[in-house]
Amino acid sequence: MGIEQPRTLGSGLITTSLDKIVNWSRASSMWPLTFGLACCAIEMMATGAARFDLDRMGILFRASPRQADVIIIAGTVTKKMVPVIKTVYEQMPEPRYVIAMGACASSGGIFDTYSTVQGVDEFLPVDVYIPGCPPRPEGLLYGLMKLQDKIRAERNTFGAAIGVGDVIHNRA
Amino acid sequence: MSAQAIVEKLKGKFSAEILDVVEFRGETTVTVKKEQIVDICTFMRDDFGYNLLCDLCGVDYMGKSPRFMVVYNLYNITTKQRIRIKAPVEELNANIDTVSTVWGTANWHERECWDLMGIKFNNHPDLRRILMPADWEGHPLRKDYPLQGPDREPYKGRLS
Repeated sequence: MGIEQPRTLGSGLITTSLDKIVNWSRASSMWPLTFGLACCAIEMMATGAARFDLDRMGILFRASPRQADVIIIAGTVTKKMVPVIKTVYEQMPEPRYVIAMGACASSGGIFDTYSTVQGVDEFLPVDVYIPGCPPRPEGLLYGLMKLQDKIRAERNTFGAAIGVGDVIHNRA
Repeated sequence: MSAQAIVEKLKGKFSAEILDVVEFRGETTVTVKKEQIVDICTFMRDDFGYNLLCDLCGVDYMGKSPRFMVVYNLYNITTKQRIRIKAPVEELNANIDTVSTVWGTANWHERECWDLMGIKFNNHPDLRRILMPADWEGHPLRKDYPLQGPDREPYKGRLS
C-alpha cells in the first residue's frame, strides 16, 4: 500500500458542506475564557469593550473554562502559574484553541529570567501568536480573525464530531 | 525624642551588641550583632514606640564577610520617626532569630527573605516559601544564582 490516508468521511459534496456548517458555527461563536495575566489583559478588555466590540464577531468572554472554546494567554506566564493554566486548559471542552497574546506569552518577552516561562508553547499547543508589548486591540482582532480563518479551513470537522476520524488541520 | 537620644539609650542598654551607628541625610542606621536581635527589637518597640515594621529584607554582599545583612526598617506611627537596624549574618550557617513575636508582620517578610535569600529564621512559626513554587530549589536573589535559572545557558550578550 501507499501512504496511509487518514480516516475521514471523504470529501464528497454532502460531507464537505456539513464540514462548512460546523466550521461556520465554530468560527462565528468563538467564546474566549476570561483569563488575564498582566498588562495584555487590559488591551484584551479594551478589545471586548464598546469601541472595538468583540461581541459583533460573536466573541463573548466566558467566565468558566467549561463554556469556553479559546483561551487567550494574555500576559507573562510565571513558572508558578503553569499548573493553574494547565488545569484551566484541560477543563475546556474540545475543540479548543490557544492564542498567545503579546511578547511574554509568545517568547517570555523582556522577562528572560528564572521565574518566567519562555513562551507558553512550552506546555500548550498554540494556534496563533500575536506580537506586541502589549498588542493594540487591532492586533488582537487580527489574531482572532486569523484563528477564524484557521477554523474555517479545517476538514472532516463533521466526521470528527460524530466520531469518524479526526479533524484535519490545513494551513489557513 | 531625637534619633541621637534613642541611639544613646540603645548603646547604654546593649553596649556590647552595637557594631556601628551611621547617620546619613537624616537617616539613622544602627548595625547590631544578631544574637540579641529579638531583645533589641522588643526594646525598640516597647520603650521608643517603633510599633510598625515597615520592611524586613536581606542583602547579599557577596565576597564580603559576613556575606548577608538582615535589615529592619522601623517606623513610629505616633512621632513619625524612622530608624534602621541591620544585623550581619554569615554565609555558613545563615540564620537569625525571628522577630515575628515582636511584630506580627515579620512572619511573611521573613518567609520572603528565606525564600529569596536563604536566610533561616530560628523559631519562625511557619518558615515556608512564599513567592517561588514550593518545590523550587535554590534562593534566586542570591548574587551567585544564575539570572536565567540553573537549567539554562547564561545570556552572553548579542552575537551580531
